[in-house]
Amino acid sequence: MKLPADLPAGAASRADRGLAIRLRRRAAEVVALSEFFAVYGSLINFAGLNALLALSLYVPLSAGQLSLGNAAFAGIGAYVSALLTMRLNVPFPMSVAAGGCLAAAVAMAIGAPVLRIKGIFLAMATLAFGEVVRICAVNLSITGGAEGLIGIPNKTTAVMIYGALAATAYFLTALRWSQTGWSFASIREDETAAMVMGINTTRYKNVAFILGAFIAGIAGGLYAHLNFIITPAEFGFSAEVQLLIYNIVGGTRSVFGPIVGALILTAIPEALRAAGVTAGPLRLGVNGLILLLVILYLPNGLSSLFAKKR
Amino acid sequence: MISGMLLEFEKISRSFGGVRALSGVSFGVQAATIHGLIGPNGSGKTTLMNVVSGLSGADAGRLLFDGRPIHRLRPHRIAALGVARTFQNIRLFSGMSCLENVIAGQHLMGARPLFQRLFRLRSANLAEMKSLADARACLSKAGIAGRESAPAGSLSYGERRRLEIARAMALKPRLLLLDEPIAGMRLREIEEMESLFRSLVASGVTILLIEHNMPFVMRLCHSITVLHFGETVMTGTPGEVAEHPEVIEAYLGGKGERNEG
Amino acid sequence: MSVFLQQLINGFFIGSVYGLFAIGYTLVFGVLDILNLAHAAIFTLGGLSALWLTTTAGLPGWIAFPLATLFSGVLGLLLYRVAFAPLRRRADSNLSGLISSIAMAIVFESCALGIFGARTVRFPEGMFQNRVYHFQSITITSLQLEIVAVALGLMIVLSALLKYSRTGKAIRAVAESENTARLLGINVEWIVSQTFFVSSALGGAAGILYGLYFDALAPDMGRSIELKGLAVIILGGMGSIPGAILGGIAFGLSEVLTVELTGMSNLRDAVAFTVLLLILILKPSGLLGRGRARQA
Repeated sequence: MKLPADLPAGAASRADRGLAIRLRRRAAEVVALSEFFAVYGSLINFAGLNALLALSLYVPLSAGQLSLGNAAFAGIGAYVSALLTMRLNVPFPMSVAAGGCLAAAVAMAIGAPVLRIKGIFLAMATLAFGEVVRICAVNLSITGGAEGLIGIPNKTTAVMIYGALAATAYFLTALRWSQTGWSFASIREDETAAMVMGINTTRYKNVAFILGAFIAGIAGGLYAHLNFIITPAEFGFSAEVQLLIYNIVGGTRSVFGPIVGALILTAIPEALRAAGVTAGPLRLGVNGLILLLVILYLPNGLSSLFAKKR
Repeated sequence: MISGMLLEFEKISRSFGGVRALSGVSFGVQAATIHGLIGPNGSGKTTLMNVVSGLSGADAGRLLFDGRPIHRLRPHRIAALGVARTFQNIRLFSGMSCLENVIAGQHLMGARPLFQRLFRLRSANLAEMKSLADARACLSKAGIAGRESAPAGSLSYGERRRLEIARAMALKPRLLLLDEPIAGMRLREIEEMESLFRSLVASGVTILLIEHNMPFVMRLCHSITVLHFGETVMTGTPGEVAEHPEVIEAYLGGKGERNEG
Repeated sequence: MSVFLQQLINGFFIGSVYGLFAIGYTLVFGVLDILNLAHAAIFTLGGLSALWLTTTAGLPGWIAFPLATLFSGVLGLLLYRVAFAPLRRRADSNLSGLISSIAMAIVFESCALGIFGARTVRFPEGMFQNRVYHFQSITITSLQLEIVAVALGLMIVLSALLKYSRTGKAIRAVAESENTARLLGINVEWIVSQTFFVSSALGGAAGILYGLYFDALAPDMGRSIELKGLAVIILGGMGSIPGAILGGIAFGLSEVLTVELTGMSNLRDAVAFTVLLLILILKPSGLLGRGRARQA
């Protein structure tokens, strides 16, 4: 899922072509209404959603599981909630919750076989899962095929997005000091040592995977009701990678890392635009350079710059 | 069943792709004693320890803990019965501080409820205070109280071994498995560990340890099992082991001479 | 029946390009245990630089294409120096390497966008005498034959080099165990650099062939092949060269067969990715690979 502001990032890919159309449509509306606030209002909304999505990936990462299926879970949440509101007139909060629950249910089903795989192979298996979900969405008639779902009512507000973000961040901070949080951290550090100290690693890895999928599903539902359209391509490989980038740039040692990463990387293209950098490729390249510098010189992410040593 | 046995191996066998790491190992570990496990490299000591902690299954035989078969249980279930261990190649959580390592080790103490914490109830605070106090006590018993906020990755070799022991103690185990606990330690550290182990045993803990430092083993252990090519050569008191001709031949490497392999 | 046969042949042609792409992927994985996600970006730059050499520089294909292949190899060296070499000593080097390769992929892609724009471009018309052969109802073009010949030729050359040349043997030694290789007096750093050079040159060559086959080049063309390449090397077993070739052809065939049998072109990748997911779950070492996925 991408912020319209970094449109040139992939003016190339199909995902972004869909976005481009939407962006133009939105731009027209925006100009007709009130220019400035509306433009940045949408930036603020997308930044919040990206942060929420980044947190959804942070959960399995904090348990040492490199899952790249969270954009697909967001897609499941988006489609389910959009279909519920559009076809069955289910009230908006309920349809978003249902989207989150279904994403979690799918995670529960695939978690048992998939989480036996480790490291990079888990990343690939979850990527393959994401592709299967995307291909399903392209081929089912109920999801509207490659063109996606059009005409989703606009119900999501900035307050909801940031409310969900704050609630999630608070929950994850509290979780960190609980039995579950310590188990996640132990598994991430050394799975074997975690096992012999009594941690049911299989169970906690599943918990992390399912919780992440649930958050992604909720974020997907909010995203669907912020946009007029959703398409399968928006929840594909580039989106998965984008979520990973937010986490790496921000750092995964605390809940705030992914949020900082998502906010900064969502804002930078816009800031560059304001600073007069108009060339799209340059703005894209800056994101790549930031990621490169962070992985080379700040392995614990940007948030480690501000972290106080306990 | 011999009374007072906490751990009993009954004809435990285990092979890896055709190589027999353990064949028909049988012996018992008396409760509240220190039991040494010695033998040359590759004799199956660590494999045996992995079988006890559930990391490696046994192909045949039975393993009883407090009279209850545990050889089919998964590692976390075995830990829940009160079995803690350390590793030959030290497996610390190097991204955490010393104190955090020990707190992570308190998993089975179950004092960290999410919902109290979520709603900031007083009980959450109390539970946390208790867990902190317990963790500090473990660190100070292991003699590294001064390093509680140091990252585990920054410790010296001997300190790392001690931190791993502290983390294992956080589980309040009935049986403590120590894989070469004093390897790489200085003399003064070894003496401290010796008194730590003795005090643990005095409080009712049973220790099964693998160690190559023969004087240490002979001094400390109540009984010793000698493994050779995956088979039990003998089990006996340190005195008996030192007298056994086969042991002297195969392991101690010379008559009466206690070398420090 | 003949339509079916025609599809099989088409699948074989495109599958050989997938195989060539995947070989480079799998080579780096075999040697370094690193998933190089910038491989697709080099594939793109290989194709686009060949285009630049033939159009702007006006070189004939037989000079331009080898030059572009060399250029891709040099990009591979750059990639290694910048993104992988500094991380080699790190404990989580295969994970941080994955991420720095993503970063380099973004940088490469933005360069491609900046230089060539977002348009889809093609090689100049009339560059080749593209003859069309008919065998009963089956059609094969000379371009297709040339593509397959080059792809298979490069694969054979690479396999032979790995098997018989000094460097090839050293590469295999490093793949087996870096420390042992070092003890044997092999300059590991140099061998790894060479691996990247060869891998990226093959990736660039695949990009050129892909551009010729579909008669289209675009800065995002790497994205569609990136996941396919992953699927191919998992099907074939990570690190296995024959596996990558067979996996590539199998993937090409499965694409055309799925479309042929279901009549839905959108389902093209469905079978391949479902099979991929199942393989990872059931036999993570791949069909021809070594069994080490679970310990990764």
